[in-house]
Parts: sequence; C-alpha cells; structure tokens
Amino acid sequence: MSAELATAAGHDASHVDHGDHGHLSAENNFLGLPNIKLAMWAFLGSECMFFGSLIGTYFFYHGKSLAGKLPTEVFSITITSISTFLLLMSSMTMALAVDATRLKRLSSARAYILATAALGATFVGFQVYEFSEFVHEGLTLSTSLFGSTFFVMTGFHGAHVTVGVIWLTMLSIMISNGKLNKERSPITVESAGLYWHFVDIVWIVIFTFVYLLEFIK
Amino acid sequence: MASVADFAQAQAPVYHQERPAKSGLVDWLTTVDHKKIGILYGSAGLFWLLIGGLEALLFRLQLAKPDQDLFIGTQYNGLVTMHATTMVFLAVMPMIAGFSNYFVPLMIGARDVAFPRLNAFSWYTFLFGSLVINASVVFAHFPAGGWTGYAPLSTRAYGNDGMDFWWAGLVLLAISSMVAGVNFVVTILNMRAPGMTLMRVPVLAWMMLVIQFLLAFSFPPVAVGLIFLAFDRTFGSVFYEAAMGGDPHLWQHLFWLFGHPEVYVLILPSMGIVSEVLPVFARRPLFGQHAVIFSGVFIGFVGFGVWGHHMFTAGMGPIADAVFAATTAVIAIPTGVKIFNWLGTLWGGKLTFPVPMLFAISFIPMFTIGGLSGVMHANAPLDLQQHDSYFVVAHFHYVLVGGALQGLFSGIYFYFPKMTGKMMSEGLGKAHFWLFLIGMNLTFWPMHDLGNRGMPRRIYTYPADAGWNFDNLLGTAGVFFMAAGTLLMVYNIFNSMKNGKDSGRDPWDANTLEWMTDSPPPAHNFDFTPVVFSERPLFDHKHSEDLAIPVPHEAEQIHMPSYSWKPLVVASGALLVIIGLLLFHVAPMLWLISVAGALTVVVGIYQWVTEPV
Repeated sequence: MSAELATAAGHDASHVDHGDHGHLSAENNFLGLPNIKLAMWAFLGSECMFFGSLIGTYFFYHGKSLAGKLPTEVFSITITSISTFLLLMSSMTMALAVDATRLKRLSSARAYILATAALGATFVGFQVYEFSEFVHEGLTLSTSLFGSTFFVMTGFHGAHVTVGVIWLTMLSIMISNGKLNKERSPITVESAGLYWHFVDIVWIVIFTFVYLLEFIK
Repeated sequence: MASVADFAQAQAPVYHQERPAKSGLVDWLTTVDHKKIGILYGSAGLFWLLIGGLEALLFRLQLAKPDQDLFIGTQYNGLVTMHATTMVFLAVMPMIAGFSNYFVPLMIGARDVAFPRLNAFSWYTFLFGSLVINASVVFAHFPAGGWTGYAPLSTRAYGNDGMDFWWAGLVLLAISSMVAGVNFVVTILNMRAPGMTLMRVPVLAWMMLVIQFLLAFSFPPVAVGLIFLAFDRTFGSVFYEAAMGGDPHLWQHLFWLFGHPEVYVLILPSMGIVSEVLPVFARRPLFGQHAVIFSGVFIGFVGFGVWGHHMFTAGMGPIADAVFAATTAVIAIPTGVKIFNWLGTLWGGKLTFPVPMLFAISFIPMFTIGGLSGVMHANAPLDLQQHDSYFVVAHFHYVLVGGALQGLFSGIYFYFPKMTGKMMSEGLGKAHFWLFLIGMNLTFWPMHDLGNRGMPRRIYTYPADAGWNFDNLLGTAGVFFMAAGTLLMVYNIFNSMKNGKDSGRDPWDANTLEWMTDSPPPAHNFDFTPVVFSERPLFDHKHSEDLAIPVPHEAEQIHMPSYSWKPLVVASGALLVIIGLLLFHVAPMLWLISVAGALTVVVGIYQWVTEPV
C-alpha cells in the first residue's frame, strides 16, 4: 500500500509545479490541452447539434411546400459556387494566419486574419445579394416551408460567418494595439480558426446537400 | 494518523489578484468566484421553488373540489404552464447549477472553474431569462401553452401573448445552459487536482460532468425549435402553419430531443448527491463505484435516443415506436444497477440517520416508484392508454419530486455546513422530511388512481359524479404538507446561518476533498494543491500513516481571477437583443433595441478579452 502510494505521489508530484502560476487555467491542466481549446471543441459539438437541427428541419420539410418557387427555380449554382469558393479560400488564409502566429510573425498573421475576414465579409455580401434576388423572385420567409427553412438555416449560417468576421477583426485590432502578444497569439488565433473552419465545413454540407443535390435528376 | 484539524494551518488566506475584490453589493454583482455564483444560483433556485410551489398550490385549490371556478380556462393553463416551466428551468436546474458551481471545483481540488467570467455570464443570462419569463404576468399574461409549448398551440393563432415572453426567456436560459455546459466540461476534464484520475472523480462531480454534456448537446435542438417559434410569431415564417404544410411533429421532435436528456439533467445530480451521502452515513465506501459512474454515463448516452417515447400517440409509425420503446426500456438497466448499488452500500453498514441521510434513503424507494411507472410507459401500447392522463403526472412527480427534489434537499442539509460553517437544525430538518414525504405521497400517489380511472391532464375542473373527488381532495391536502415542510427548511436555513452551532471542516467525517478545507472555504479554496491517491482522498489522509500533510503555497504562488463587470455588460447586451426581438411585433422600430444590444455585446466582449485578469 505504502509503495503504491509513494509511486503515485512521485508520479503525481510531476504535475504539481507544471505551468505558469500567473494563470489560473494553467495551474491544473490535467489533459495537457489548453482549456480554451477543449472549450472550443465542446462548443463546436454543441454547434453541430444546432446546425444539425436546422439542416434536419430543412430536409424534414423538403418537397412538402404547398406554394411558391421550388429550390431549382431560384438557386443559381454559378453565383453560389463563387461565394463557396471564396469561403473555402478563407479557410486557407485562416490556416496561414495560425501558422504565422506559431512562427511569431504577428504582422503577417494580422494580414492573413484581415484577408480571412474580408473573404468572409464578401461571402456574407453574396448571401445578402442572393437573399434579395430570391425575395425579388417571390420567395420570402412566409411564402412556403421551403422559404422558411431555407432563409432561417442559411441566415443562421450567415450570422455565424458575421460573428467570425467580427471576431477576426477584434483579433487584428488586438494585434495592432499590442493586446495580443506573441506568447498568447497562437492559441488565441487557433481557437478562432477552429470556429472559422467549422463554419466553413457547415457551409460545405449546406452547399452539397441543399444546393448541388437539388440538381441531380 | 493525520486528522482533519492538521490541515487547519494557522494562516490567513493567501493569494493575489490583479484587482482585489470589492465589497458589498458590488462584490456580488462583479464576482467571478464559483462559490459566490453557486450561492446566487442556489438562492435563485430556492426562491423560484417557492414561487413554483405557490403556483401549484393555487391550481390545486381549483382542483380540490369538483366544478369550482377559482382559476379557469387560460388562467388555469397559465398556472400549470408556469408551475412546470418554473420548477424545471428556474428551480431545479439552478439548484443543480448551485451545487455544481459551489462543489465541483472543490471536489476535484481546483481553485475555480475553467472560465470564471464565463461562469458569471451564465449566471446573468439565467437570471435575465427567469425575469423575462415571469415579466409576462406584469406586461401581458402568463404563458398558457403548456411547459412543452407544443406548436401550433403556442403560435400566434392559438397561443396567448405570454408565449412571447416564454420563448424569449427560454432562449436566454438555453444560452446560459449551453455556455455553462461547455465551461464545466472543461473544468471537470482539465482542472482536476494531481492524481485525480477519472475513476477517482467523486460520483457527484461525475454526474455533473454527464449532465454538462447533456446541456451542451441537448439545448441546441430546442433552441432551434424556439427560434422557429419566434420567427413564426414575429416575422411571419410558416414552420408550424398546418395550412402551409407545416407538421406538428416538428416541434415535438425538436422539443423532446432536448426534453428527454433534460429529464436526466434533472435526476442525475440527485443520484450523485445520494451517492455521496449514503457512503458517509453508512460508514462504507460506495458499493460498485465504477458501476455507478458507468451507469450514469450510459444513461447520458442512451438518453439521447429515447425522446420518441413522449410521442407514441403522435403517430410516428410502428417502427419508430418499437425502436423508442426498446431504447426506453434499456434505460431501466443502468438505473436498476444504481439502485442495487445504493442498497449494497447500505447493506451491513453502520447506519446513522441525520437529515441528509433521511432524504437520501427516501430518495431510493420514491424514485423507484417513479422509475417503475416509467418502465410501464416504455411499453408503447400501454402508453396509449396512459398518455395525457394523471397516471403520467404521478409518474414524473415521483421522479422529479421524490427523486430530483429529495436528492437536492439531501444535498442542502449535507453541504450547508460546508457553505456556511454552521450546522442546520436536526429537529426542524426532520420535521421537514416527514412533512414532505407524507405530503408528496398524499398528493401524487392518488394520481395513479386518478389516471387509471380516466382523469386527463390539464383540465381545470371535473364533474362531481366522475368519481375523482376524494383523490383530488387528498392531492390538494398533500400540497399543504409539502409547502409547510419546504418553508420550514427555508426558515431553518436562515436561522442556522445566525444561530447554528459551528460545524468545523468535516462535520460528517466524510471522504472527499471539499471537506478538507475551511467551512466556508477561502476564496482560493485550498492553501495547498491537494494530491489524490484514491477515490476517497480525505479518508486516506485520515487513515493512512504514510501521507504527509500538504505544504501550503506561498502567497505569490496562488493567482486568483479579478472581479469583472464585463459578464454583466455582455449579458445585458444579450438581454437587449432578446427584448428587441420580443417587442418587434408590437412596433417594428423597436428592433433598434436589438441593435443596441448587439453593439453592447461586441464592445463588452472586446473589453472582456482585453481586460487584465
């Protein structure tokens, strides 16, 4: 018993003084993973349920609209392909931003972050254009089940992209005024990156299943 | 042999903060201390418990005799809707949040939760949500669509104006719970003291871990359902419009995909409390601790696959009915494992019967009664008979009152000494226990009979010749017993804070880390970093020759997070966003309130992330 305890103590003591006592979060770090990263993964799991419910409802109601335009009558694959491409490119610039923080090149990280935000904002601009076109063609929130489910699902995705753009803008401001230093920047930017890639992946799902599959005869 | 007294180093609490805590009201408004936030949650929970109980008392008066007209129609519907909404979301859930806030960091040997300011944000969104829902009675009417809010019964065409406050408040509560879920998942997984492997985590903390996953993953579906409802009521979408092809199943699926995991959110913490209390007063380790933990995890997983058993009468089809019947019946297995493990803990123990033990012991049979009628409901053909009858009301009240609430009462009496340093009165506590036990059985047992004899739920009166008079009268009488008991407890709490005798650190001779530190614990919880060698760390310290007394840290080694206004600012912004949306259908210009709220959130978050902690 005592030998076992001693071994356990020896093993466990190695944990005790690890990390930076200046930060509460670093004091206990049982999984060896930063709290913020673990939190982002848990949050994204929660977000999966959120978008799962939105997309699930879209398909629950698919083909059950009693009035109004059909998806194939309003979707413009060309326009949406362009905006999808821009969003995919934003994931690349996001990855480059995370990489730059690891290399401690904060000014190039800031440039990539701003590029990501700009691409995201352009995507949202495309969505605003798309929505106004659809309304112009007579598809609104109240037209049909398709209108309700489509606008709310893609609208919440667009809102997530908008939140991401604001988040990235904040990060670039914080790099500019020195609130985000070289030590904290990798994990901070990586967390934003996790969110950004997630929102991007959700769009890939929506683009594939909601837009492209509609045209398979 | 080290006694608990040996840990009482004669030194003042030592830690440093960027900005030292303020005092008085400002402290309570800006605190990020998990113990203070726990007290806030717990107090709010107790307050709403009394309000929810009052609502029940009022509609039980209406049902006491046949053909009465005290509260009829929408008034009655409002009372039952708010009774259930209040009890589930505003009483039991915050009391659970109170325990998880106060005790999870202590039990796992941490200084605070992973994200202390986010924790304060959760508290404020909860508080604002509870106020928004109840503001309905001031500005409109009590929501009267039932606590399940079935659309289209809750849409503008059929639901009353209170349902706007209902969805708005619930969206805030959903945000609060999801954020808290993420925060505590990280806390429990990552903030454990050295040596506290997962299998050494106390069962209560384990059950809290399971429910945080349930909160984080089950609230999004109902949030989506509520968003659809809000869009239908406010912006003219047609999700729940049958005339446009809308399907009433949609709400039911989204609601119960949340609603059933939510049931386990309500009961698992009480199971955790019972698993902590029984071993202490039986003077034995918990029988089959790992089995109890894995059963809880299994319940959490399978809990996501059983929601359809609320919808057997909704016409899902025989295959879905069969699958949900099977998964529901499966849940009985881990639950049974737990019950037998608790019995195994008691078997051969040296039992003593202070108040926490009384509630914990009575939890077992009362919960089992509710559990057994639950297994009956798993049987789809049988459920067709019982659905929407008082038999179901009896079932979930045995589970939630006999189970969840009795477990929480046990926890209050058990942990009060740790939170205040004072003992609660045993005499008053025993009076509470017996009044409550008699009252709940008087009220809910006859409901089995009422259901069997055909009394439906949610009717505001009944004819004198239906044969339901005596059972209903008993039910109303029982409420007075429960109310008296609960009021005694509230008096006991306030009185014991002033006049209770000192408890010391470890009044119950308990086993886990929270009893190793002062009562109440200092802001930094432990002067030392606890090191854990078994699932009973304090027991080891009390009974092992080999364990050295931990050495306290120097002051500069302990850094505590500073107070912050930002959680309140950001939560206020979220509140404004919701209020703007809530008022949009009154006057569209009021959406500017939402814009102001969104700006508040953005500015608040920027200040939040840039303020030194």
